[in-house]
Amino acid sequence: MHYILDAIDFVLQPWSYFIFSVIGFWAMIKYREKWTEPDFAVKILWVSIGFIIFSMVYSTHFRDIATLPDNVPIFLMVYGVGFFTWLSFRQAVVNDRRIAQGQPPVEKETSDKKVYVWPDLVYIEFIATIIGGVVLLIWSLCLHAPLEEAATPAWTPNPSKAPWYFLGLQEMLVYYDPWLAGVVFPTLIIIGLMAIPYIDKNPKGSGYYTFNERPFAIVPFLFGFFILWVTLIFLGTFMRGPGWNFFGPYENWDPHKVVVLNNVNLSEYVWVRILGIGLPTNWFLREIWGFLVIGFYLIGLPPLLTKKVPVLQELLEKLGVVRYGVLMFLMLLMAALPIKMVLRWVFNLKYIVGIPEFFFNI
Amino acid sequence: MLDKLKKMIAEKFADAPSPEAIKQNIAEGQIWKSIFRHGYPDTPRNRVMAVLSNVFLHLHPVKARHSGVKMSYTWCMGGLSFFLFLNLTVTGILLMFYYRPTAEYAYYDIVALREHVPLGIMREIHRWGAHAMVIAVWLHMFRVFMTGSYKPPREFNWVIGVVLLVLTLLLSFTGYLLPWDQLAMWAITVGTNMARATPFMGYEGPGASMIQIGGVHLVHGGSDIHFALLGGHFVSEATLIRFYVLHCVFVPIVAATLMAVHFWRVRKDGGISGPL
Ligand code: HEM
Repeated sequence: MHYILDAIDFVLQPWSYFIFSVIGFWAMIKYREKWTEPDFAVKILWVSIGFIIFSMVYSTHFRDIATLPDNVPIFLMVYGVGFFTWLSFRQAVVNDRRIAQGQPPVEKETSDKKVYVWPDLVYIEFIATIIGGVVLLIWSLCLHAPLEEAATPAWTPNPSKAPWYFLGLQEMLVYYDPWLAGVVFPTLIIIGLMAIPYIDKNPKGSGYYTFNERPFAIVPFLFGFFILWVTLIFLGTFMRGPGWNFFGPYENWDPHKVVVLNNVNLSEYVWVRILGIGLPTNWFLREIWGFLVIGFYLIGLPPLLTKKVPVLQELLEKLGVVRYGVLMFLMLLMAALPIKMVLRWVFNLKYIVGIPEFFFNI
Repeated sequence: MLDKLKKMIAEKFADAPSPEAIKQNIAEGQIWKSIFRHGYPDTPRNRVMAVLSNVFLHLHPVKARHSGVKMSYTWCMGGLSFFLFLNLTVTGILLMFYYRPTAEYAYYDIVALREHVPLGIMREIHRWGAHAMVIAVWLHMFRVFMTGSYKPPREFNWVIGVVLLVLTLLLSFTGYLLPWDQLAMWAITVGTNMARATPFMGYEGPGASMIQIGGVHLVHGGSDIHFALLGGHFVSEATLIRFYVLHCVFVPIVAATLMAVHFWRVRKDGGISGPL
C-alpha cells in the first residue's frame, strides 16, 4: 500500500496539484451533462469517500491532520460545496435542456403561484432549525473544541497556520509579498464581489438555475471560488508543513527539510543574465523592466486583447467602457495569482518588480 | 367492568368542557388575544395576520412565490446562517458568564469551562457553530450566485451580503484569539502580521516612508495600523481585550443591524427571486 501513497506524494507538487485542479474544473464544466446524472454523482461520492477512508487507514500522518478538531469542518465544507455544486448544476442542466426545447425553466411552473408564508414557509424554517440544532448538538457532543497549552510568546509553533478559512490567503503569501497577498488582494476580492451585480448586465438567468445562459459569469466566479479558494484551503491544510514547505499529503512533516530557494528577480534575469552588464545602482533603472511588464499587463494588454478577441469586442459594446474597464482590471488581477505561480514554477521568478528599499515588491 | 368505568367517568365529567372547547376558551381569552392579535382557526385571514402581527415573522412577506420557498432553490442556507448566528449569540452570552479577557485568567477560564461547568458543551456549540456559519454563508452566496439572484433589483442586497460575509469572517477571526492558547495566539499573529505591510499605513508597507513631516516619519512600528490593531507590537493582553470587545460587542451589533437590513431588502426587492 505504501507504494500507492508514495506515488501520490511523488506526483503531487504545487504545480501538479494546480494543474490537476484546473483539469478537474475544466472537466466539471465540460462534462456537466454526465456527472450531474444522479447515478454517476453517487459513484463519485463513493470513490471520494473510499479514497478518504483509504488515506485515513494507511497513513497515520494524514489521519493525524484530518482529525485535528479544527480541521474536521473542512470536510463539511468540501462535501457541502461538492453536494451543492451538484445540486445547482443538476438543476441548471435540466433547465438548459428545457430552454433548448423552448420550454421555460422548472422554477417557472410554480413561480406564479403564491403560497402563504404562514404556514408554508414557516414550517420549513421550523424543521430546518430543528435539524440544524440537532446536527450541531451531536457534533458538539462528539468532538471537543481544541485547547492547546496556554499562549506563550516564547515558543512559536511550526508551522503557524491561520484558521482554515484563511488558508487561501496564507497560500498567496508564497507568491506575493504581504502588502499584496494580505492587504491589496483581499480588499480587491471584496470590492470585486461587490461589483459583480453592476458588471454583469446579462438580463438572462435571473431567478432560476442555468448554465448555458450565463457561462461567462459562472466560469470565472467558480474558478475563483474553487481553484483559488477551496483547493488552496485543502492544500494549505494538508500539504503545507514546517517552514511552510510543501509536503505530499502522506509525507511526514520533517521540520529539518531544507528547500533550496534559488529564486531570481526579473531585474537580475535581464540585466545580469541576458544583457550581462550587472545591476544598475539606481533602483528605478534597475526595475525598469518590471515596470514595463506590469504597465503592459494592466494598461497595454486590455486594449490589445479587446482588439484581437471578437468575444471581448462584443462584451465591450454591451457593457460600455467603464464597466468593461473595471471587469478587465479585476479579471487581470485575479489572473495575477496563477500567472505568478506559473512563473515561479517555471522560471524560479521571485519578484517582477523588487524594490526592498520601499517594501515595494511585486 | 370497563364499560362501567367508562360510564362512570362519562357521568362524572358530563359537564366538563371538551378539548375543543378548552382550545376555544384559551384562544379567545384575554391573555391569548393580548399576545396574538389574531384568532386561532386556520383561515386565509389568520394566516395573513399571523405574519403581519408578529414583529419577528413580519420580516417575511405574507405570501411568497412557491418556487422561492422550496429547499431545492434556496437550500435554506440564508436561513441557516441566521439560525447559526442566533445560536452563537445565545451560547456566546453563556460563555461570557465564565470568561474574563485577561492574560491571567482567559486560558484558565476556558479550562474551567471544560472541566468544572456542568453540561459544558457551550464552548463546543459556539466553536462548531462558528465554523458552520462560515460554511453556510459561503454556500448561501454560492446559491445566490448560481440563481442569478444578484441581478436587478437585488444588486444592493448582494452588496450588503458581501459585507455580512466579511463580518462573519471577522467574527470568527476575532473569536479565535479568545481561548488564549498557542493555537489562538499564533494564528492571530500570522493573520495580523500582514497589517504591517499595509500600503501607506503599515510601517513595512510600500509608501509608508513617504509619510513624513520634515524628515520625521509618522508611520513607524509604534504608530502604524498593525500597532493600532494589536494595541502593541505583539499579540498581547491589550490585543486580547481589543479582540474581545470587537468580538462580543462591536461586530455582532453591526452584523445584526445589517442582517435586519438584508432581510428587509429581500422583501422590498420583491421577495425571493424567481423567473420573470
Ligand atoms: C450572515 C450572513 C447572511 C445571512 C444571515 C443571510 C440571510 C439571508 C436570508 C435568510 C435570505 C433569504 C433567502 C435565502 O435564505 O436564501 C437571504 C437572501 C439573499 N442574500 Fe443573504 N445572508 C447572508 C449573507 C449573504 C451574502 C454573503 C450574500 C452575497 C454575497 C447574500 C446575498 C443575498 C441576496 C442577493 C439575497 C436575495 C436572494 C433572492 O432573492 O433569491 N447574503 N439572505
